[in-house]
Amino acid sequence: MASLLQATNISKEYVSGTFLKKRNLALKEISFSVEETPPSITCIAGESGSGKTTMARLLAGLLDKSGGELLYKGKSLNKMNSEEKLTFKKEVQTIFQDPFEVYNPFYKVDHVLTTPLKKFGITSNKSDSDKMILSALEEVGLRPDETLGRFPHQLSGGQRQRIMVARAFLLRPKIIIADEPVSMVDASLRATILEELKLLREKHGISIVYITHDLTTAYQVADNILILYKGYLKEAGSVEVVINNPQHPYTKLLVDSIPQPDPDIKWGKLDISATQELLETPGVGWRNS
Amino acid sequence: MKALKLINDNRMLTAGIITLIFVIFFGVIGSWFVDRERADVGAGRPAQPPSLDHWLGTDQQGRDVFADIVYGTPGTLKIGLIAAFVGVGVGTILGFISGYFGGYIDNFIRFISDVFMTIPVLMILIVLASLLDVMSNTMLGLLIAAFGWMGALRVTRAQVLTMRERAYIQVAKLNGVNDLEIIFKEMIPNLLPFIAASLVGASAGAVLASLGLSALGLGPQNEPSIGLTIFWVLHYGALIRELWWWFMPPIIVMVLLFIGLFMITAGLDRIANPRLRTKV
Amino acid sequence: MTNFALSVENLKVYYHTSGGPVKAVEGVSFNLSKGEKLGLVGESGSGKSTIALALMRSHKPPAIIEEGSINLGQTNLLDLSEENMRKTRLSGISMIPQGAMNSLNPVARIRKQVVDALSDHSFKFKKAERETFLRELMESVELDPKVLNLFPHELSGGMKQRVCIAISISLKPQVIIADEPTSALDVIVQRQVIETLSKVQEELGAACVLIGHDMGLMAQFADKIGIMYAGKLVEIGSVNDIFKNPTHPYTRLLIESLPDTKGKRPLIGIPGLPPSLLNLAPGCSFCLRIEKENRKEIPWVEISKDHFIQKCDICSDYGKVKTKK
Repeated sequence: MASLLQATNISKEYVSGTFLKKRNLALKEISFSVEETPPSITCIAGESGSGKTTMARLLAGLLDKSGGELLYKGKSLNKMNSEEKLTFKKEVQTIFQDPFEVYNPFYKVDHVLTTPLKKFGITSNKSDSDKMILSALEEVGLRPDETLGRFPHQLSGGQRQRIMVARAFLLRPKIIIADEPVSMVDASLRATILEELKLLREKHGISIVYITHDLTTAYQVADNILILYKGYLKEAGSVEVVINNPQHPYTKLLVDSIPQPDPDIKWGKLDISATQELLETPGVGWRNS
Repeated sequence: MKALKLINDNRMLTAGIITLIFVIFFGVIGSWFVDRERADVGAGRPAQPPSLDHWLGTDQQGRDVFADIVYGTPGTLKIGLIAAFVGVGVGTILGFISGYFGGYIDNFIRFISDVFMTIPVLMILIVLASLLDVMSNTMLGLLIAAFGWMGALRVTRAQVLTMRERAYIQVAKLNGVNDLEIIFKEMIPNLLPFIAASLVGASAGAVLASLGLSALGLGPQNEPSIGLTIFWVLHYGALIRELWWWFMPPIIVMVLLFIGLFMITAGLDRIANPRLRTKV
Repeated sequence: MTNFALSVENLKVYYHTSGGPVKAVEGVSFNLSKGEKLGLVGESGSGKSTIALALMRSHKPPAIIEEGSINLGQTNLLDLSEENMRKTRLSGISMIPQGAMNSLNPVARIRKQVVDALSDHSFKFKKAERETFLRELMESVELDPKVLNLFPHELSGGMKQRVCIAISISLKPQVIIADEPTSALDVIVQRQVIETLSKVQEELGAACVLIGHDMGLMAQFADKIGIMYAGKLVEIGSVNDIFKNPTHPYTRLLIESLPDTKGKRPLIGIPGLPPSLLNLAPGCSFCLRIEKENRKEIPWVEISKDHFIQKCDICSDYGKVKTKK
């Protein structure tokens, strides 16, 4: 059976300028796949400049790749007809990082929930769409009377982000791409939102692609992890194996730099300056044990 | 009462609107009571100081000054509004097309805009004024619009370029919303306050432009307008001749009009920019 | 015991708005010895950034220091004249504000920015002396002195932040305040910056206040941790006390919610929302979060050496797990 999402040697190059073109290779030959069953949570981890945001946009369909192949349900995104594209947009939902920017300040928050229902033709009348919205809000633990009918600036960042999770769930997608979903949310609400994503996987079989720079939440939430460094895939595999036993020098450095919330486990004495070595050491491939 | 609170919070805006309404009403209601002919040449004996018959006296050509102002005010306003709406309208539409679609369309529209900006408006108008036998207030409005749309284009385009990258637009695209719907449903509502402010600013600018042009004698000569009055005031040297009843009224009307427009702009600015508010 | 580098007593800072006072800091007291590192932790809106500004007397109206004292050594900063306070900033107590790296002047080279900061303190340098000083300053924050010739946009985030650290230690202050110095930085760069901060602070023997919300960073950096909630300090103690024996219910919830990489377990958040500081009711603010109420004055109790908490009888057992950690 074909994977749900299959990326093979994906590359993305940004070109700027009219005469002296500046080329920036943001992603270099990344390959991985997300299966339909069992549903999984895959983390794409990296620091800024690693290409993880570019990857998020590629997977969401907001950007075109420069090289390689990206298949959804066995079909390449470029070769889909309009009906297949619509199905893709419905089945692959995205949650963005900034819980404020995703709302059009002119409309009440209901707008982000009603628009996709209308556009994807899921419900034909208002009462059906209302019911779906209410159940989606309940699913993420929000009270409709505290959230619907309000403007974005009247709600907290955490509430807004949870509405976005509800919106993603509303269309019963197969995959949710979560691009740094909690980095701009208060620490106390991060756990709640991440647990909600895990619940979506358990209850509804939705696979999640969780993009972040925070390895501790990645460890807690994800099944698999991909470590990106300056556009390269340096290490990948089961999240416990990679974090507890990193092989690539970059992963080792990354894991060692996690500020552990335990005063007995302090940062080690690793040397931070050997950047060239990190770049040149090839990726170590996928490990599940 | 909610309405009273609304007014109290936006005193500048309210004052501006009231002033503007007063000026407009002056013209509109005034024209119900005053005959149009009294604003024409020869309606009365020339250069008469105010009297019961002519409340503001007459000008050098026998026009009843009061009637002239009453009909001139809406005339000037008409020029301003036509120039503003057509200018901002065209500029905004082109700005959307240019900013949203980018590419060759953008380059082409901007090229045209740049060309227009280099054309010396005054010279064109002098040439046109000499060629045209008759110019109406509407025509002057359109002419001013023809050389004023570029400002609205630039600013709208800039706004659209910023908005295009906003996350909520990306979300709308992912929702399958098509381009036209994005422009009308997602972008324009956010630009409405900005467009409203542009219109007010453009009106002020257009009125000023029309005053200047008319004062130079390049404006319409057959319809009353404040600018035309000022033209004749200058032409006949009313200042030197101390015909105060003739040159004061148009100045007062102009001052009121500009103060009104300014207060509306400042009031809108305070709403749009919360940091200017003194209260929390 | 009176030889503290920094001693804050009953500090109250209110923002006066048309809707009433926002009690951002409501009676905070703590002491710092020479060379000691305090981590001030809290959610956004807990008042921690307001404290930072107040300590530097850089707060602006409508924020007013209502009560309290801020003692730098033997001097109460609140008693100083404007002129003397200005001289004390940077030379006695300095701050690395939030987003400092973004407030570097984009059109001035780094050298000029550092010199500008010093010139306000009438430092007379001969050119050669100045160059040596600047070079040593850059080296102390582990930057190549060539950085002095560059513009801010040519530096990475971590390098810019280290420039800000350099500026803040240039006059060898007794106290350094760092307000979320690494919030926008990557994990590895964050470590570099914090390690640099540690190093310069140790070399100077200065006391340091690190303000943030990342408990992991605090565990790595701080000697003492103070937990802020709704404008009040609800617990303060050594880093071991806080992590191993968190006593105030809010601290307990906070510690329990911290994810780590020791083993997988469900992530627990803190229920409810932080209270609004506008017209905050007197008494225990945490009770409000768990839908209880205690309007009485909450005592500040020392439960073991140098370990203090706001002891509220009603909520103090909230969330206690029967088994030991």
